[in-house]
Amino acid sequence: MDAPMRSQDDVAPFTPRRRQVSRRERLTASLPYAVLAPTLFTTFVYIFVFVGWNAYLSVSASTMLPNYRFEGFGAYIDVWSNPRWTTGVRNLVLFGILYIGLSTFFGTVLAIMMDQKVRGENLFRAVFLYPIAISFIVTGTTWQWLLNPSTGLQFFVQSLGWESFRFELLTNRDTAIYAVVLAAVWHASGFVMVMVLAGLRGVDSDLVRAGRIDGAGTVTIYRKIVLPTIWPVMISVLIVLLQFAIKTFDLVLALTHGGPGIATTFPSIFIYDRMFAGGRLAEASAAAIWLLFALLLVLAPFILIARRRARQEAR
Amino acid sequence: MAQIALPFTPRRRPPNPWGTVLRVLLYVALSLIALFYLAPLAVLLLNSFRDNETILRESFIGLPSEIVLDNWRVAWGSACINAECTGVRPYFIASLVMVIPATLISTAAGLLNGFALTKWRVPGADLFFVMIVLGVFLPPQVVLLPWAITLAQLGLSNTLVGLGLVHVIQGACFTTLFCRNYLVNVPGDLIKAARIDGAGFFRTFWRIILPLSPPIIIVTIIWQFTFIWNEFLFALTFSSGQARPITAALMSLNADDTGVSEYGFASAAVLIAAIPPLLIYFFGGRYFVRGLTQGAVK
Repeated sequence: MDAPMRSQDDVAPFTPRRRQVSRRERLTASLPYAVLAPTLFTTFVYIFVFVGWNAYLSVSASTMLPNYRFEGFGAYIDVWSNPRWTTGVRNLVLFGILYIGLSTFFGTVLAIMMDQKVRGENLFRAVFLYPIAISFIVTGTTWQWLLNPSTGLQFFVQSLGWESFRFELLTNRDTAIYAVVLAAVWHASGFVMVMVLAGLRGVDSDLVRAGRIDGAGTVTIYRKIVLPTIWPVMISVLIVLLQFAIKTFDLVLALTHGGPGIATTFPSIFIYDRMFAGGRLAEASAAAIWLLFALLLVLAPFILIARRRARQEAR
Repeated sequence: MAQIALPFTPRRRPPNPWGTVLRVLLYVALSLIALFYLAPLAVLLLNSFRDNETILRESFIGLPSEIVLDNWRVAWGSACINAECTGVRPYFIASLVMVIPATLISTAAGLLNGFALTKWRVPGADLFFVMIVLGVFLPPQVVLLPWAITLAQLGLSNTLVGLGLVHVIQGACFTTLFCRNYLVNVPGDLIKAARIDGAGFFRTFWRIILPLSPPIIIVTIIWQFTFIWNEFLFALTFSSGQARPITAALMSLNADDTGVSEYGFASAAVLIAAIPPLLIYFFGGRYFVRGLTQGAVK
């Protein structure tokens, strides 16, 4: 009685079940692809098809409307003879260096100050960081009102009685770009502070204590122990600020509208104007590709450094 | 007992005059910098309660002599934007209607993608990851024109649905990156155990990943909401009329030069546009900071 029952159990139910399992497994194995597929598809379209499309428009005969007849690479050269573009590029370089440099500097100084066991740290941090939650449009509009001589600081000080007071940072074509830097640094330095502070908190306090016992001064400790630890944080901060800088558009639009004249125009403003007001689609697309090149060129070393660090850590 | 406690009682150090001076200086410096950070918001808030003639007479910086609530009423309900005197209300609502679904959909997609990429062996996951990172860094100007043409062909030009779609697709890169960086740290053994027990993809996601994910979900929602609410270039390009998010509508409010500048209700309007992200920032501040230091560091 026992023997045939066992053999039935062994053979009969197992074969069909195994087939069922394999079908189910195949389904399970394909599920992650089904989940990833929409994003995979849209991201592929977004990055390769759209950028390729834009690249094709840049060599096409498009003017007001897209025209897919091949025209040539003239638009890439033409933009460089347009003062709106060259001024924009010069502004972007100057702004980028000052914005990234000053935000990093002030953010780091703030973080070091905040790292001295400050009472009310949470309150201070909330105050320094809130600008990052506010849009560039709100930031730009508010600073425009504050810096405009006829409404803001200059008028305020004059109305207090100091009639000859002048503060024309925003309206002087040589200094207006620094007004953009001021508003942008106000917006971003709290972000840098929070990032660097988080990095500082990760510094091994035993190592610092050991350094102190060995007689190392504060400067030496920061240079030899703290800086190497927060270096990765610094890289991420720089990458984030870099792409903010290259994408700068709304802040300038709200603060100076590119003026006075074209004194504070930016590549992003040039592209937008050519695209939707100037009716020069090919030129706008070519300028956008230049911007993409610039971003890749500037980001490449940082990404390489970050990758090398990650690989070293993995070992 | 008392003797044991003795070494733990705080040792009084001799007072160090230099240290005290430095600490006072530190607090003075921090407070001054804090004032500089707060000034623009404070000035805006004060102006939203001053009437326009006072602002024009006494400058943009000043205390309200009497509290004028009218600015907020006008800004919300009757200020003119592009010759439509509806206040910022329709634009505020348009923002909410567009931002909330876009935030939720992109967050959900990011979490599922992050799970599929890190915890379920998918060949080519690294390549996909590179694409995602590219998507995060791509300057929007490069895809602006293709987007405009595509939306027109889909019949979604100047609609909130079209703008929301752009934000979902663009945001999915960002949220996937965020969630992937978080889920990478979930122990693989948990997933393996669930798989041995016969749990499939969605079951594992539902039972294991989701209960572990509230921190990253909150962080991602906060960041997506803030980013999409504040985003300007796409909002300006892909919307028009009353179906325009408030960030883009504000520019028209300012650009409208009809002689007299109306700083009082303009201040209120600017504040209304800033309030939702600020509220999220103040109530979710802890997560906001965590998102910064966690998501961006990796």
